[in-house]
Amino acid sequence: MVAVNQVIETVDALTVDALLEEGGKALELCYQCGLCTGACPWNLVRSFTVRRMVHQAQLGLVDFEDEDMWLCATCGACAEQCPRGVEVIDIIRALRRTIVELGVGKVPESLRLAAKNISGVGNPLGEPLEERADWAEGMGIKAFTEGTELLYYPCCLSCYDNHMIGIAQATADILKKVRVDFGTLGTRETCCGEAIRKAGNESLFQSLAQKNIATFAENGVRKILVSSPHCYHTFKNEYPELGSNFEVIHSTQYLLGLIKDQKLKFTKELPKRVVYHDPCYLGRHNGIYDEPREILRSIPGLELVEFQDYGEDSICCGGGSGRLWMDTRKGERFSDIRLEEAIDLGAEILVVACPYCMCMFKGSQLTIAKGTTIEVKDISELVQEAM
Amino acid sequence: MDRNGHRKIGVYVCHCGLNIAGTVDVEKVAEYAGTLDVVVVSRHYKYMCSEPGQAIIKDDIKQYELNRVVVASCSPRMHELTFRAACQDAGLNPYLYEHANIREQCSWVHKNRELATEKAKALVRAAVRRVFYQEPLEVKEAPVNPNVLVVGGGIAGIQAALDIANGEHKVYLVEREPSIGGHMAQLDRTFPTLDCSECILTPKMTEVGHHPFIELLAYSEVEAVSGSIGNFKVKVRKKARYVDESKCIGCGVCEEKCPWKVDSEFEVGLAKRKAIYIPFAQAIPNVATIDREHCAYFKTGKCRACEKFCEAKAIDFEQTDESIEIEVGSIIITTGYDIFDPSVISQYGYGRYENVITSLEFERITCAGGPTGGRILLKDGREPESVAIIHCVGSRDQKYHEYCSRVCCMYGLKYAHLIREFTNAKVYEMYIDMRCFGEGYEEFYKRISEEGVKFIRGKVARVTDRTISEEEKGKLIVLVEDTLLGKMIRAPVDMVILCIALEPRSDTEQVAKIFSLNQRADGFFMERHVKLDPVATASDGVFIAGCCEGPKDIPDTVAQASAAAAKALSLISKGRITLEAATAHVDEILCQGCGRCEETCDFHAPKVIHKDGRWVSTVNETVCKGCGACAVVCPTGAMSIRNFTRKQILNMVDALVEV
Repeated sequence: MVAVNQVIETVDALTVDALLEEGGKALELCYQCGLCTGACPWNLVRSFTVRRMVHQAQLGLVDFEDEDMWLCATCGACAEQCPRGVEVIDIIRALRRTIVELGVGKVPESLRLAAKNISGVGNPLGEPLEERADWAEGMGIKAFTEGTELLYYPCCLSCYDNHMIGIAQATADILKKVRVDFGTLGTRETCCGEAIRKAGNESLFQSLAQKNIATFAENGVRKILVSSPHCYHTFKNEYPELGSNFEVIHSTQYLLGLIKDQKLKFTKELPKRVVYHDPCYLGRHNGIYDEPREILRSIPGLELVEFQDYGEDSICCGGGSGRLWMDTRKGERFSDIRLEEAIDLGAEILVVACPYCMCMFKGSQLTIAKGTTIEVKDISELVQEAM
Repeated sequence: MDRNGHRKIGVYVCHCGLNIAGTVDVEKVAEYAGTLDVVVVSRHYKYMCSEPGQAIIKDDIKQYELNRVVVASCSPRMHELTFRAACQDAGLNPYLYEHANIREQCSWVHKNRELATEKAKALVRAAVRRVFYQEPLEVKEAPVNPNVLVVGGGIAGIQAALDIANGEHKVYLVEREPSIGGHMAQLDRTFPTLDCSECILTPKMTEVGHHPFIELLAYSEVEAVSGSIGNFKVKVRKKARYVDESKCIGCGVCEEKCPWKVDSEFEVGLAKRKAIYIPFAQAIPNVATIDREHCAYFKTGKCRACEKFCEAKAIDFEQTDESIEIEVGSIIITTGYDIFDPSVISQYGYGRYENVITSLEFERITCAGGPTGGRILLKDGREPESVAIIHCVGSRDQKYHEYCSRVCCMYGLKYAHLIREFTNAKVYEMYIDMRCFGEGYEEFYKRISEEGVKFIRGKVARVTDRTISEEEKGKLIVLVEDTLLGKMIRAPVDMVILCIALEPRSDTEQVAKIFSLNQRADGFFMERHVKLDPVATASDGVFIAGCCEGPKDIPDTVAQASAAAAKALSLISKGRITLEAATAHVDEILCQGCGRCEETCDFHAPKVIHKDGRWVSTVNETVCKGCGACAVVCPTGAMSIRNFTRKQILNMVDALVEV
């Protein structure tokens, strides 16, 4: 027999407590105004009622089998605009963690596979560990040892995926040309764990983080240069709780520093019209908006235009929190919309500063009409071209 | 003084119900107190502050000829004055009383009964030792200046000024703009009665203009305040209008002839005024003012058209700012509010889309005397087919203002009504909660509900001009989740009205400094007690009323203004204030006349003078607050504070640490 009215006794105090413990303390503040739903980029392409999910969590009436649980890309637009300061992402993470650890719902197959791959070979793509340093073949990059000033930490995607390999190669090339004392850990590297943590796999994240911290400590790492804002985010904001002790800098910050110190000089002109896409994890999550733009403005000949929704209002590419590894239906991809807008702006290049964004946009190039009329490049690639 | 000689101390330990007795063994404490030197009577009682409690003290004073009293109970902030008054009633000088706090500083903060009781005993012992060394102090009074200063000529200031002036006491009403009236003069119809704002305000404004007891200092600002309650000295700067107020008849010809246009502040930038202008038709004082910054004559030396055409010969380019000194006994601050600038919320498109407007702009649009002659029109002159009214813009939002601005739900409903009454437009009201708390407010909500307004419960995420269908073309799309349906809604409208927050004025900090006011965390002026004393402040004699104390509607503003006036009138009626008796005191033998006390004092109480051939400090006890700062900086120890002498305090410390 189907109950017509929700019986109030099923407000599950235990569930609410479990959620609060898993990190969902944020949900107590929500006053159900619905701004999060409006802010969420999913509602550009379908219906995703963020507010309802929070209310269900408030009352413990969560449907853990709801597939929508896995839609959130943790872009942060909701939390950024929330008038009560509710950290909605923490709630999503707590819900997913409950599912992963207590098995009350089904984890999408693609995420399970990604976790399995990370556990097994240290990267979500499932590529062999031995091939992790192959991107650097022939470049003469030294292995990091104690005393090396800077550790360059590419990102699993830049190491293995042909579309993103240009990021690692361009960055390393710049560092070499400018004669920075740097090295990589090669096959001693393993995934930073940021995205899999957002996908609810807390224990895998903890073990990855501990392993990485130990590796860094053993090798005397003091400063890490990253290409991915996701690595940046977790190294800067999440690893310190676990006892890490190193400085982390994103490539846009580092490159700008080199430009300002006149160690990096541009000798060529790049007469192109470009638009810069703020990555969620560089911009909204970590407040880095100006550095990439300053770099672009200092490249001779470059014309920089802006999206209407730029900076804090940047619309997610859809790759965060493991969605990169999941299938998104055509017509529901944010990156399609964003790329179309870039084309409408008359931009010749869409500039990104994140391997996930690059992956999503390169995917969109293949699916939307006129997708190939625009190039997608990482900021490090442009810098390399103009040097 | 012989230790066992003339002191007879009574000690009273309060249970305070279970507040104290629940943790501290009050009977034991009273018993212990009875064993102390020169304590002739020691009792405990359930509620010392009650009538019978106080009666015990008074009876004992008479019966035992007590000359010192100690009560061990709650914080002195609660009842020190109560018990001092009880002593005074029984003929004992109130400064021969000492208060021991065994509640907030003992029973409320400790759990261990034994240790708390020992601590309470120590506190009582210390109080007994201290009171032993206390001396009777003379409580002096000073006369109160019956004049009152009201700062800010909006409805709050106008009401306060009229209330006091009608009591036939002189009021100085200082207003920084060229005319009084404030924001209320800009409003159209006021909820819930839909009275025309100007119609109800103007009679009061003209009354102020003519009142024999009100001296209106318009286009003026307060620059400095000194003194204290009953006796303030205020410096006011009367800004130059370059128009002789006594000659100008407000005919407006100068404004007509002036060739220089400027954005009108009164019309919130929707229309222009001239460099010489009368801000609005009903202005009081009804005289013109020249805006020096935009006047061609002041900028280039040319023009003077106003002077040519002025029949009353009132233009005076040589006029200068005037400095006026006034003396008043109390001050009422009614400086009002500023409005939130929604351009910081990029999602709403204010400043990007011309038909996204603020509530104040809409007031000017619907106002018959406003830029559109009262017609509800879009920027291109068309009538809107649909309007969205968005609530909580800048309010209830931790990114801007956490508080609720209190009036927006009501004026949002008002706008819905006006739009439905005067146009055929569809109206959407996007709200989170409907706050209709006042007289006739809920009934007004019901009335508006019957007018075909579409209520959508949700906080608007975005206003965009990106349309997705032919029907939407040319419209602004309001994107919001209707949380009651659980669906995202696209509302295509022609006009968007943002219900913006009321915020503290931008110069609140400077004004607070001048009048020694505190600000709350939300930026508005801090009242003495949010429930029990909302118009008084921590500065005696300075009152606040209206929106400068927090956003509120006109009924509450007027009520507060009258409340502040009542406080001032009460002060005037009594005619005198009790001065702090525990004031600073100079031992002239020790004093070297170094002047450090004079430098340090915020109240200008000590002054070094030449007396009997040497320089010594003397204290103006009328203004001395007994704060003790001078005593701290005095290098010779000449300065001490009555009732806080070294002997009293050091003996208290000794008693505390005794085992």
